Amino acid sequence: MYDWLLFFHLLAAFLLSVTAVTYSAVALGAPAGGRTLFVADRCWDVGGLGTLILGVWLALYLDQYEIWDGWIIGAIVLWLVATGLGDGVRRGFADAEPGTPAAGGVATVESRVALMHWLRTLAVVGLLVLMIWKPGA
Amino acid sequence: MTVLGAIRPDDWNFALFVHVLSAMVLFGAVVLAAVSVAGSQQAGLRLGFRSLLIGAIPAWIATRLSAQWIASKENLLDEGVDVPAWVDIGFIISEGSFLVLIAATVCSGIAARRGHGGGLRAATVVLVGITIVAYVVAIWVMSAKPT
Repeated sequence: MYDWLLFFHLLAAFLLSVTAVTYSAVALGAPAGGRTLFVADRCWDVGGLGTLILGVWLALYLDQYEIWDGWIIGAIVLWLVATGLGDGVRRGFADAEPGTPAAGGVATVESRVALMHWLRTLAVVGLLVLMIWKPGA
Repeated sequence: MTVLGAIRPDDWNFALFVHVLSAMVLFGAVVLAAVSVAGSQQAGLRLGFRSLLIGAIPAWIATRLSAQWIASKENLLDEGVDVPAWVDIGFIISEGSFLVLIAATVCSGIAARRGHGGGLRAATVVLVGITIVAYVVAIWVMSAKPT
């Protein structure tokens, strides 16, 4: 049971990396079509929900961790920050003109949206730091 | 194994961080390449090629080197040490996937240069698809640690 929970938790985290890498490419000037961003956004949806639900499940399942441990609370806060920023990035791209992804065109990125993306990526890296160092555990 | 994970020495953490972070970049880059190349646009071919060349291959090198780093910290590379099966499987998947990644990069590069996909586009999608499946298996192996 633990092995499967951890596997799907990790897989969900790797899906978040698909989103981070895709949007990083776009923020650096790569021309990404609407389908590419659509896949990246779905990876964020599934990965985000998966990491949160399976992460909480793991914390409840394992005796050595409690849901109120500082590093777990910190991870949940970082997850909320990343989710909020991700929402802003998605809306920023949806509002971008011309060549909206929905129209199958090539996405362009404003500096404000790019900044939100980099902050989101930093939050994801911060989550990884918490998962590995587990400060206070 | 849960207990082993909980008592992992702190001085392994940075190597593990580099390993997981580079593996995440590698996975993200190959999925981006697959999705980009699978489309019909010429720009997608170029993005797929660059994603493999600039993203996946350097990330593979970082993943592989950091795996070696952790293995040496765990003394798994010493003479006479019985290496766990999951470590061997990880190395096999890693090294096998590198050849496939190189082949996919060459195929997508030639297709992008020619300006049309055709068989090379399909070949790239198949090769990158193989690496994605291999990496999902590797994630399972690293989490379940079968002996």
